[in-house]
Amino acid sequence: MLVYAMIFVGVSICIALVLNLWRVFKGPDVADRILALDTMYINSIALILIYGIYAKTSLFFEAALLIAMLGFVSSVAFAKYLLRGDIIE
Amino acid sequence: MSMASRIFPMPLHSVMLLIVWLMLNNSFSLGHIILGSVVGIVIPIVCAPLRIPQPVIKRPLKLIPYTLMVIKDVLVANLEVALLVIGPMNRIKPGFVAVPLDLDEHLPITVLTSTVTMTPGTVSAELSEDKSYLYVHVLNMPDDENEIIDLIKGRYEARVKEIFGC
Amino acid sequence: MSFIQELVVTILLVIGGIFVLVGSIGLMRLRDFYARLHAPTKATTVGLGSLLFASMFYQLFTQGKFSISELLITLFLVITAPVVAHMLAKVAMHYQVSTIKGTKNLHHVKTARDQQPPKKETRS
Repeated sequence: MLVYAMIFVGVSICIALVLNLWRVFKGPDVADRILALDTMYINSIALILIYGIYAKTSLFFEAALLIAMLGFVSSVAFAKYLLRGDIIE
Repeated sequence: MSMASRIFPMPLHSVMLLIVWLMLNNSFSLGHIILGSVVGIVIPIVCAPLRIPQPVIKRPLKLIPYTLMVIKDVLVANLEVALLVIGPMNRIKPGFVAVPLDLDEHLPITVLTSTVTMTPGTVSAELSEDKSYLYVHVLNMPDDENEIIDLIKGRYEARVKEIFGC
Repeated sequence: MSFIQELVVTILLVIGGIFVLVGSIGLMRLRDFYARLHAPTKATTVGLGSLLFASMFYQLFTQGKFSISELLITLFLVITAPVVAHMLAKVAMHYQVSTIKGTKNLHHVKTARDQQPPKKETRS
């Protein structure tokens, strides 16, 4: 039962990633693309965690944490750049 | 400057760093507690000159019912948003609302805006320069916009004010 | 692992997967940027939160050790997701992205761009 649930979750996260990618390419505004990219970061954390449960290891936890931090920082940096034309003033 | 405040410039932050270190390593062994204590003492000393004075949390115990209430609201909000997203798009009537604020410090406003973003169909969009108005985007606007203003002011802002005692 | 324990983990996993998918469907379907901002910031935090709890319970049931490090990611995401949403809303206001017809109180965008209080007092 658990294995089927994991496959279901993995597939739905992959579909979600494809939908996000579609939004990244389509736009129409630059803010939409950043939002889609930020959602992609969160979805990839989910995918890594699911793989961690599937492979019965907690090694991937650090990778998920790193993606969470880098995703936040890069989203804020993009937003800041668009707002002020500079990241560090 | 007394000796204690020179070694522990930010005691709360020291404790938090220790807890985060233990959570990160997922163990409570003596070695990690010592290492975490070193981290918790050294980093605040290095960072002390950068600190910005923050308002003190007057009633920390009130945080617990507030957090529980917010978690409950987040779960309900998610179901609502999920149903709206899956349903027909014509039903959605978005709108902007300007909420007058009574808070005037940075930390309480940050707590309030984060709560507003996490809960029922609202996203905080902008704060006016004099911190008197918070602009909120509402996904599904009721006919009377005062409903949203009363919800935010009565349900969340009053409690945040109580916690920070201002 | 007993049947009940497996059921708990499975339900949490499925709820997480559905919410993550709904967040992305919202990102695709909703019609203007401000509406699109709602779906991912909310749905993905709960979706990911429930996946992380599933991971926690799974480790607890299989290894008998309570793993609290997952809480760290949940906490981090709950703190950072509103910040990103707020920054992106600021960007959208700065660039004056198009909004769908029927958006109420659009005059607020103009004053919000300049970080000024609203001109017309709407609350009597």
